[in-house]
Amino acid sequence: MPTDIQSPEIAYGPILPLLIVFGAAVIGVLIEAFAPASKRRTLQIVVAALGLLGALAATISLAGTQELVFAEAIAVDGVSLFLWGTLAVLGLASIFLLSERSLDASGGAVVARASVLPGSREDVQLAEATEVQTEIYPLAMFSLGGMMLFPASNNLLLMFIALEVLSLPLYLMAGLARRRRLLSQEAAVKYFLLGAFASAFFLYGVALLYGYAGSVDLGDVFTATGLAQSNEALLFVGLAMLAVGLLFKVGAVPFQAWTPDVYQGAPTPVTAMMAATTKIAAFGALLRVLYVGFGRTEWDWRPMMWGIAILTMVIGALLAVTQTDVKRMLAYSSVAHTGFILVGVIALSRDGLSGTLFYLLAYGFTTLASFAVVTLVRDSSGEATHLAQWAGLGRKSPLVAGTFAFFLFALAGIPLTSGFMAKYAVFKAGVDEGLTALVVIGLLASAVTAFFYARVVVLMFFSEPAPDGPTVSVPSGYTAGAIALGLAVTVVLGVLPQPVLDLAERASQFVY
Amino acid sequence: MNESYYLLLAALLFTIGGMGVLLRRNAILVFMSVELMLNSVNLTLVTFSRTTGTLDGQVMAFFVMVVAAAEVVVGLAIIMSIFRSRRSASVDDVNLLKY
Repeated sequence: MPTDIQSPEIAYGPILPLLIVFGAAVIGVLIEAFAPASKRRTLQIVVAALGLLGALAATISLAGTQELVFAEAIAVDGVSLFLWGTLAVLGLASIFLLSERSLDASGGAVVARASVLPGSREDVQLAEATEVQTEIYPLAMFSLGGMMLFPASNNLLLMFIALEVLSLPLYLMAGLARRRRLLSQEAAVKYFLLGAFASAFFLYGVALLYGYAGSVDLGDVFTATGLAQSNEALLFVGLAMLAVGLLFKVGAVPFQAWTPDVYQGAPTPVTAMMAATTKIAAFGALLRVLYVGFGRTEWDWRPMMWGIAILTMVIGALLAVTQTDVKRMLAYSSVAHTGFILVGVIALSRDGLSGTLFYLLAYGFTTLASFAVVTLVRDSSGEATHLAQWAGLGRKSPLVAGTFAFFLFALAGIPLTSGFMAKYAVFKAGVDEGLTALVVIGLLASAVTAFFYARVVVLMFFSEPAPDGPTVSVPSGYTAGAIALGLAVTVVLGVLPQPVLDLAERASQFVY
Repeated sequence: MNESYYLLLAALLFTIGGMGVLLRRNAILVFMSVELMLNSVNLTLVTFSRTTGTLDGQVMAFFVMVVAAAEVVVGLAIIMSIFRSRRSASVDDVNLLKY
């Protein structure tokens, strides 16, 4: 038995984006401890924004890097860098959404003191007070750091730790809504219990693969799959358990049960962040596990993923039709989109990889901005999320309703929006790899999703507004900026997608 | 020593934990069942560490313990907050979000 453990050589340069984001998170914790309460909010926003901009700059400066660092545990390659850049920009937009204060008379979507009992006299007073809580910024930064580490992990143990680093702050953030706090706490409990259950499966999968390959390095797992004398039962059960954990995070059927509840209950800026960034990080990790670790055993996992992709597309699209709440409808639409992205994952080709990366980028910006629009439509009790309340919104505020309609068209995949190019990229990769049946089901499911998106558009523009309906609040620059960013990306990727498609094409290379 | 007994015991504990999550009604007990699953993983890791002759599994078990401790902190905080607002930790009572 070897007894000497060599300490790894650490190359700090290639992991600079991660270090900057985690550094900003730690500074955020120090600000909470030492800065005077009146200055905290400004300081937190500045530190978080600078951290994410710094991470973006560092990511751009690393372009072209292909190396394994940190004792081969972190892979800095095209895929990692592409996702790091995307996550940094989307993280910045999420921080802006969390900083919004002018929509709610009392300021912000986040509860001032989470420990106060919902419905108590203190709670009622706090709901109207202008007190704000700023712990959410370091929580968001830790979560974003974990999300950046997750798809870059070349080692399953590190991947598990990244999974927990990204999940634990999100569980807390889901429970921090200022209004409808019972719903928010319920969302946090459900997300936490199901998330912990799924990560236990992930971890058992890691342990079994360790027994199979004698190492949790994805490269060693790949090598072991080529040896004849290995124990195949450990491989199959281990991979299945690992897949349960990853598919839970991307929200694929049958592990999607948490998605609608958590998306509805969490404060909407947190939902926007979660919907956009968690999906990107989890798909990045799924891609790396399947392409790098199990590229040789595709015949073992492809049939299972086929079934899951079909179920996810069909069930996501059908259940979205029956929803009466905007946030729940967008949640089920995100389940359907998970199915579409899985087509690109299953293609297992370079085109599939680049198509998936492009889809994640396009979908992230569109979904973040559409949840941002949801925060604008309000009545006296907060956000008005029931679909009936949205009737006639196009007459009251053509600009907001028009923007939302455009995002819905993009999610439906209408030409000249980013959604069309993204769907085209993954479905074409699927057809090229002989997944025609899967693509046909995907197109049918897209048609169903187009139906319920169109229904919302009709409701907004062609029905009479209710007399006591909600009003559209005027946001400050934070939310307006995030929506404008989402709108710009959705338009540009729909009209002029080629530069980004080329970037995704060049980025779609794993190092191992 | 036959290592497969330890693996079977770990698999059994994992299954008991999984059934606990699915069958128990109290959020604290559901959470304890998750912890049982994590500990069965530790047993698996240490056993494989012996069969494969590497130390990685034992090191990983430490990581798992630290992560489990962090999860306890977050989880109990969330369960406490919902218990205080509803006077119940039953997972059947958290039913405002549905359909």
